[in-house]
Amino acid sequence: MSEIRTETMTVNMGPQHPSTHGVLRLVLELDGEFIQSVMPTIGYLHTGIEKTAEQKKWQQVVPLVERMDYLAAQSNSLAYVLAVEKLLGLTMPKRVDDIRVLLAELQRLASHLIWLGTHAMEIGAVSMLFYAVRERELLLNINELIAGFRFFPSYFRVGGLREDLPRGFHEAVNAFLDRFPGKIDEFEGLLTKNDIFRRRTEGVGALTLEDAFQWGLVGPIARACGSDYDVRKYFPYCGYESYDFKIPIATEGDVYARYRVRVAEMRESVKICRQAIQRISPTGAFACDDTRVVPPPKDKVYTEMEALIQHFLIYSQGFTVPAGDAYVPVEGPRGEHGCYIVSDGSNRPWRVKMRAPSFMAIQALPSIVKGGLIADVVAVIGSNDVVMGDCDR
Amino acid sequence: MDANGIIESLTPLVPGAAFEAGASVDFATVYVPAEHIVATCAALRDHLTFEVLVEVTAADYLPRDPRFEVVYHLLSVPKRQRLRLKVRVGANGSVPTVQSIWRGAGWPEREVWDMFGIVFDNHGDLRRLLMPEDWEGHPARKDYPVQIRKAAQTYEPLEVSEAEFRANIERDRLKRH
Repeated sequence: MSEIRTETMTVNMGPQHPSTHGVLRLVLELDGEFIQSVMPTIGYLHTGIEKTAEQKKWQQVVPLVERMDYLAAQSNSLAYVLAVEKLLGLTMPKRVDDIRVLLAELQRLASHLIWLGTHAMEIGAVSMLFYAVRERELLLNINELIAGFRFFPSYFRVGGLREDLPRGFHEAVNAFLDRFPGKIDEFEGLLTKNDIFRRRTEGVGALTLEDAFQWGLVGPIARACGSDYDVRKYFPYCGYESYDFKIPIATEGDVYARYRVRVAEMRESVKICRQAIQRISPTGAFACDDTRVVPPPKDKVYTEMEALIQHFLIYSQGFTVPAGDAYVPVEGPRGEHGCYIVSDGSNRPWRVKMRAPSFMAIQALPSIVKGGLIADVVAVIGSNDVVMGDCDR
Repeated sequence: MDANGIIESLTPLVPGAAFEAGASVDFATVYVPAEHIVATCAALRDHLTFEVLVEVTAADYLPRDPRFEVVYHLLSVPKRQRLRLKVRVGANGSVPTVQSIWRGAGWPEREVWDMFGIVFDNHGDLRRLLMPEDWEGHPARKDYPVQIRKAAQTYEPLEVSEAEFRANIERDRLKRH
């Protein structure tokens, strides 16, 4: 009898695969059901936004960077406007900071809802997606209310906000905040003690804190390994130091720990939103008073020559930013969204670079899933919460 | 700690390196000579608790000479501190990889090569990352033309010519009877 010949099998997964969150391609080398190696291929969604930004004026870049991480649009643009404001040396009125904090936290909730829905769906709990997307719809409605856009509001501007809050904003946010904690209980009731969900996630894709830092992973993935690093606490921006909230941590580092950290983060975000909405008055300052950057109010444009000239200059030439470079990180839903900008002193950026948490998470994927089962790849991709727009930019 | 404080504590750890403090509006910036970047990063990680490499990127300052600056953003969690390292690189220069210090440096360095054409010595996997594999040029360079029209390039798809197709059919037919 001849010997049984064995060989590994190479399986191509993606780029058009329902559980690769867009266009991620993985070439898996399998030994039966076990993974010997993974080679991720990215770049299918590369649109050269960083290069395009160099051709635009400073203010025109805001809608562009929002299209990088399309599930967390406003944390991208927050990092960008904070970086430009750092170079300009602007400080915002307190009300602007509070509105930015509120919108950034609502954005985190919206992003975590998509993560929760898709992650649970991919490992078998299909109905979670419908529950999660139903709640996210209310957040998109709030975006529509403030800016007319549901996905990419471009509401943050260098120098403040685009316009003042609309009527009905407080009611919409409060209605959502009253409703949402009960919904988190519902989500947890479906998943946290669900035996099938736990068997698919506990002990799967475990990562040590040392490895997470080696791979440059900071954010929810590192917090599931026991780190308490969160940009909002370590390097506060927009007045986060004045809010009362906790940083949820877990120590196991597996897929289930990441799930618990993110769900607890949603509860903390609701707490921050409640504090922020109480601080925000319905009307008031929505931009700083620096006339280099912020156009004068319309009634002055119609009556004063200087204001008209200023208005014309800002909308035709834009404003210039002092030469230099700045890196400003914010805590996005996926981890540290950082924006590195370089200015040559002109009215257009010399270089804009986004630090993409998904990029680092996909890089680390082969080492996380190696030796595991092929079905675990789907669970790990979902728990790393990768967005290909963020990764490929 | 400001840039001068960091240089002071780095100088005994990396003998022979000439550090230089850079101007910045946010956190300390230190210019490091390319040949000392690996030793500097090892010293920063092991002795000064900068255990996370947040990102590696670059900027093209054409027509300045040396043309490029490779930028490393480091993070120290216990000290709540950030640090920016910059390495000046000429048009045909290269930088040693810091993958031996942080494994996560692999892809960011690949991206810098892909976008700027800056070579990282001993990288081992310096292939295209975001651009297609047969792309010409490095798009983030300042002298790369922006408004050109170019058909998207990829590898040739798996195609057979008509003659090959007919030959295949003929071959199969011969087998069947």
